[in-house]
Amino acid sequence: MSKIIDVTMPSLGADMTEGTLVEWQAKPGDTLNKGDIIALLETQKGMIDMEVYQQGVITELLLEPVVSVPVGTVMARMSVAGEAARPAAPEASHTAAHSVAQAAAIKSPPVTSDQVQQTVIPQSIRPRQGLLASPVVRKLAAEQQLDLSRLSGSGPEGAILLRDLPANGPEANAAGSPDPAQAMRSAIAAAMAKSKREIPHYYLSLEIDITRAQRWLADFNAERVPEERILLLALLLKAIARSLHKYPALNGYYQQQTFTPNSAIHIGNVISLREGGLVVPAIHHVDQLSVEEIMVRLRDLSERSRRGVLRSSELLDASITVSNMGERGSDLLFGVIYPPQVAIIGIGKPRKTMLIKDDQPEVAEVVTVSLAADHRVSDGMTGARFLNARANKLQKPEKL
Amino acid sequence: MNRDELQQAVIKAIQVVAPEIEGDEIDADEALREECDLDSMDYLHFLAALKQSTAINVPDADYGRVDTLNKLLDYLQQAGSQ
Repeated sequence: MSKIIDVTMPSLGADMTEGTLVEWQAKPGDTLNKGDIIALLETQKGMIDMEVYQQGVITELLLEPVVSVPVGTVMARMSVAGEAARPAAPEASHTAAHSVAQAAAIKSPPVTSDQVQQTVIPQSIRPRQGLLASPVVRKLAAEQQLDLSRLSGSGPEGAILLRDLPANGPEANAAGSPDPAQAMRSAIAAAMAKSKREIPHYYLSLEIDITRAQRWLADFNAERVPEERILLLALLLKAIARSLHKYPALNGYYQQQTFTPNSAIHIGNVISLREGGLVVPAIHHVDQLSVEEIMVRLRDLSERSRRGVLRSSELLDASITVSNMGERGSDLLFGVIYPPQVAIIGIGKPRKTMLIKDDQPEVAEVVTVSLAADHRVSDGMTGARFLNARANKLQKPEKL
Repeated sequence: MNRDELQQAVIKAIQVVAPEIEGDEIDADEALREECDLDSMDYLHFLAALKQSTAINVPDADYGRVDTLNKLLDYLQQAGSQ
């Protein structure tokens, strides 16, 4: 038995309303495995390698690049085995206007590259005439008679992206978002307003003694070159992941008045972009990674978020979020939950202070960690226990 | 490398993580990370790039000795002459 499923423009978070299909990376007849890349997208969050979530054979490509369509628009169809239900990836928000998709749909599917590229820098923006630019950019530049060599690119290896073009392009106007920075700001506004409107947040904070953790890190890093050093955030993420198992009410998705805990621990990391705005890519299965492995993922995410390409699954399936302001941030931050998740953890600035231990004053290093959680799903006592469990784990950093 | 060459290497390494930074924008006696808006991850990427171009490794324990551009250049000059 096989059945046909729709492949739609993914919502990579509640703040995304539309995306641009830049290039197909597969053609009808191709067999794709779960996680293979079907298309290259350009979104408010930069260039995205769009993955498929089930194994199957592509039967139709319904859109011709380059085209912007709302989230939820059917882009392609696949034939998949059995009656397997679609895996539980959260649908953040579907505001799709299907008429646009129909208008953009074409009858004969375009055949493009038959190579599925998974590299950080997709083939499509590698130089063709010694200049890096995506196909959409080349097309628009040709229409507007722009000289690409006069523009500076903000993409990987200086590639010129849509956002680097003058904002008055016809495509930009058609998409209704002439200014990418403004588009990202509006998208964040929409998601955060929805969160504050619908989610009854409760807030807790706990000051955690990280003296031992910092000492362990200093020892670990002492003899290592910068490429191999570990940041405090990696330890904190590991402690969070290991504590979360016992608190399923903080890790999952709230949709259609129902909470579904997630057995896997996928932590979204808030990364500020230099040009403004933020992205929240996830590290998957953090509980199963060593501290070193978590650090490798963090490096990779920060590099790709700022200059390269993220994968759609990374922006789709975080089951909880961590916002870390780092050393230059504030002592304490209370986050706004990212729907459909039910909790966000804030990490303040590590600082030295005086603690009383065994009735004696002692200089210690502390960090204030906060939790904002959804009161429809959990109560304050649950959150408090979770914070304390994590504080305890951090007292034995060598065991994380 | 002389001080000018080292300064060029430092600016280039900063631009790996902060492409928009120009050398003459940096106040050499102010906190370098603030001047260039580098978070701790950026800082690691920066040190890695600097190590590649100058072959000098700034250990974790020495971060406090290199927190302005001038102090960093002093440090690199000293390390390079050893």
